[in-house]
Amino acid sequence: MKVIKEKHPLLMRWTHWVNFPILSIMIWSGLLIYWANDTYTFTIFSVTFIRFFPQGFYDALHIPRRLAEGMAFHFLFMWFFALNGFLYVSYTIISGQWRELVPNRHSFKEAWRVVLHDLHIRKMAPPQNKYNAAQRIAYTAIIVMGFGSLITGLAIYKPVQFNYLAWICGGYHLARIWHFVLTIGYVLFFLVHVVQVVLAGWNNFRSVISGFEVIDEKPLPAIQIQSDETNEKTE
Amino acid sequence: MKSRCPLFKFKAMKLTKKLSKVFSRNKAPKRELTVEQKISRRNFISFGSFLVLGGAAYGGWRWLYTSPNEVPGITGEAHKPLRAVLNANEKVVRQLYSNKNLVKTYPKEMAAKVVRHNSDIGSEGLIDIDAWKLSVKKHTGEMLNIGIDEIKKLPKTEIIYDFKCVEGWDQISHWGGVKFSDFIAHFKLDAETRFEYVGMETPDKEYYVGVDMPSAMHPQTLLAYEVNEKPLPPKHGAPLRLIIPVKYGIKNLKRIGSISFSSNRPPDYWAEQGYDYYAGL
Repeated sequence: MKVIKEKHPLLMRWTHWVNFPILSIMIWSGLLIYWANDTYTFTIFSVTFIRFFPQGFYDALHIPRRLAEGMAFHFLFMWFFALNGFLYVSYTIISGQWRELVPNRHSFKEAWRVVLHDLHIRKMAPPQNKYNAAQRIAYTAIIVMGFGSLITGLAIYKPVQFNYLAWICGGYHLARIWHFVLTIGYVLFFLVHVVQVVLAGWNNFRSVISGFEVIDEKPLPAIQIQSDETNEKTE
Repeated sequence: MKSRCPLFKFKAMKLTKKLSKVFSRNKAPKRELTVEQKISRRNFISFGSFLVLGGAAYGGWRWLYTSPNEVPGITGEAHKPLRAVLNANEKVVRQLYSNKNLVKTYPKEMAAKVVRHNSDIGSEGLIDIDAWKLSVKKHTGEMLNIGIDEIKKLPKTEIIYDFKCVEGWDQISHWGGVKFSDFIAHFKLDAETRFEYVGMETPDKEYYVGVDMPSAMHPQTLLAYEVNEKPLPPKHGAPLRLIIPVKYGIKNLKRIGSISFSSNRPPDYWAEQGYDYYAGL
């Protein structure tokens, strides 16, 4: 028998989806800014592995020569980014949803099992609940990252007025690098996230829009072997 | 009074009974929705509003992205709504501004030996330093013409700080000169500081900036004539340039020709080209 099981509250769904276009615009306008001084490389032992970004990438996205425009968009959508994050975090705290979300002392051990299970190395699935251990870590990390973007962003935006924030980030120069690294982190998160959502299937995807999952509950057997006490509990 | 009460109570009870009957008749018992019906109903509402609001968001974005540019004036080249936001942000940021917030300074050894140079607009080629005079336009119409030696006689202030370019690069560099506030005091320009803005121009008027008075009077704002303890070379704005650590490099005008004071925003080279007028740090 099909049963509706509530999963994601309205506000968590909305802040999730609202964040997608906001973060896209922030990354895009951030690229318009980064282009003006694209000096970051990923270098180990003086071997450069990655240089951000190839000219073809810039040309395809019409990035070059739009610094002023990029800054103007960035400094509008920063407000929405902060507000949306504030709404999500306050709601998660006030509603108690954080209990399902924040990693607990078992999460790090369990997350490893989730990874092994997802890679088809381990057969037994670890406990799922609303989020499994790996999800708890990932979804909490992304919030911490968002907060990091806000702090590093403010440190870059007004490094003299917010000189204590710049100091926390290790100075203006380093704050910019953190800000950039976090963005790369979002992109990597996004790629894994989308693959996982596709693999998880329709029921899971729908729950982030409609809020509920449909589960197939087996009807209770006519002859109940369980004692009355446990029956009461299952009801 | 009390004796009337029981009767009244009785009547009232009858009335509420009648009323509740009327209402309960309206609430004809609906057949409860099946799980399938509930699912499709909730899906319809959720996905419907998702599509409608998603479409509205896209429409809003297209509106903003294709919005016309502002009318060119003191500022220009920015989408009209975005310029309004830049100006609104300025109001917020000015609330946070304090002359007590200082830019971080560094030891001399950390200063770059080769100081980065980005643009020549307004300071191309060489200039006859002996013939050069800084003209200061007072609000009375009076004009001061000050030679570089006269400026060098004033108390010297040095600063080694992280110069920040709007493009994104930054460099620790070492500058020496006179504090703008000392300059104001020495030449008895205090009356000019009640204006809201300082305007500066290169001698050829090719490059020009407007700076709000609090930032100009910031204790780390210099009229600099030295870099790395040597007189400014031409490409760094000889003989005198602005070093204003609370602003991006674009406001640090090289080769100052004239200084004026105004209650309105003076023309600003990069603000005309889509950049934030305030450009504060």
